[in-house]
Amino acid sequence: MKSQAQLEFPHFKGESLTQLPVDLFIPPEALEIYLEDFSGPMDVLLYLIQKKDIDILDLDISEITEQYIQYIELMDTLKIELAADYLVMAATLAQIKSRMLIPQSDEEEEEVDPRSELIRRLQEYQRYKSASEYISNIPRLDRDFFLASTSLPRFKEREESLDISAKALAEIFNEAATRPKFSDKHEIHFEELSTQDRIALILSILRKRNVIQFFQTYQKKEGNQGVVVALLASLDLAKDGHVELIQNKDSNQLYLKSTNRGIH
Amino acid sequence: MVDPKNLSNIIESILFGAGRPMRLSEMKTLLGSQNMDVDLPSIRIALSLLEERFVETSIEIKEVASGFRMQIKEEYGDYLYPLWNDSSSRLSKALMETVSIVAYKQPVTRGDIEDIRGVTVSTQIIRSLLDREWIKVSGYRDVPGRPALYETTKTFLNDLNLKSINELPPLPEALPADETVDQLEAG
Repeated sequence: MKSQAQLEFPHFKGESLTQLPVDLFIPPEALEIYLEDFSGPMDVLLYLIQKKDIDILDLDISEITEQYIQYIELMDTLKIELAADYLVMAATLAQIKSRMLIPQSDEEEEEVDPRSELIRRLQEYQRYKSASEYISNIPRLDRDFFLASTSLPRFKEREESLDISAKALAEIFNEAATRPKFSDKHEIHFEELSTQDRIALILSILRKRNVIQFFQTYQKKEGNQGVVVALLASLDLAKDGHVELIQNKDSNQLYLKSTNRGIH
Repeated sequence: MVDPKNLSNIIESILFGAGRPMRLSEMKTLLGSQNMDVDLPSIRIALSLLEERFVETSIEIKEVASGFRMQIKEEYGDYLYPLWNDSSSRLSKALMETVSIVAYKQPVTRGDIEDIRGVTVSTQIIRSLLDREWIKVSGYRDVPGRPALYETTKTFLNDLNLKSINELPPLPEALPADETVDQLEAG
C-alpha cells in the first residue's frame, strides 16, 4: 500500500518542464502550478540543477528581461508577494550571468566567484529541504496513526453530590419552615396629597379673601387624608404667623384668617 | 495495596477516556483523588501489564512528549484514513519546510525562515502552524522591530510520536560546494 506521506509529494506534471529551462524562472501563466508543487524559487532552481538540465551561464538575459516585464504586467491578477520571490531569483541569476560575462583582468586579485553566494544559499536550503522531507515522512497523528479514545469531552462537568441523609434533610426543612418571620415587605406609597401643595393653595385663596372656613380647605372626595393634610397645612401656616385660627364659642366652625404677613 | 490487574484496568480507563497524553504524575493525582495512594513505579508496572494485554489487539500504548496515550497501531491506520480524509491532514510542502526550519534552528524569526527558503513566509502558514499548536512564540529578538521568535511545541512532538526533539536525526550535511558548482556548470 502506498504510504500517505508519499501522496503529499505529487510528481510534477511530466518531464516537459525540463525542456523549458528559461521559462522556469519566470513562469507567467504556470505560476499557480508552480506554487502548488514547488515551495519557492530555490526549490525550482534546485530541482533544475539536480536534473542537470540547466546551465545558468546559458541564460539569455534579453529574454529574461522581456519576460520580467511581461511578468510585472501580469502581477495585477496574480499573487504579487509570491511573484516577487521569483522575480528576485530571476534578477539574481541575471546579475550572476552579467558578472560572469565581464572578462577578468590578470592584474586584479582573484575575484570572488559571483555564483558563490547563491551556491551557499542553495546548499543551506538543500539541508532543510531534506530535513523537511524526512519530517513529512514521519508517521503523523490523524494521517498515519490515530488515537484510541472514548473521548469524554465534558468529563469535568460532573454534578456535585451532597453527603446528607433524607432524615437530616427533612429536619433542616422543618427548622427552616418554622422560623419566625424576621422580615416583612414594606411598600412605599407616594404621597397623593402634599402638605406643601395645600399650604400654597390656602395662601392663594387667602390672597383673594381674608377669611375662609376650614372645611373649604379640603374636598370631601379627599377623605380623611384630605382633612389631615388641610389641618397640617393650617397648623403650619398658624405656626409661621401667616394665619390666625379662629373658632367662635357658640360655633363649631373653624376659620382661617389671614394676618397679611408674607402673603402679598 | 491495589491489585495490579485492577490498577491496569483503571489506567486503561483513564487513557481511553482522556484521549490525550497523560503524565504518570497526572495519573497518580487522579488515583489520589479516589483515595488510592499509588506510587509511580506501580503505575509503570500497570502500564506494562496493559501493553502486554494489548499485544494481540489493534491498540497500543505510546509514550510521547506529553506523556502516555492510547492509540491505534499504525498498521491499522490505513483502514481509518478514509474516515479522516479531510484537508486538515494534508500539509503543504511550504508549511512542512517552515516547521522543519523551526524544529532544527529554534528559536527563529520569520526573517530567518525566509532567508533559508528564499521565499516570503506567508502569514497564513505561520497562522496555520500556530493554530495547530505545532509552533509557539517563545520571545522576541532584541533587534529593531522586535520580531517574534518561534519554537516547536510538545504538541508537534506528540503528533509525530516523538518524545523529544532530539529524536529527529541531525540536520543533513550540505552537499560539497564543488559538487554544487559542477552541477551549476553542467548542462
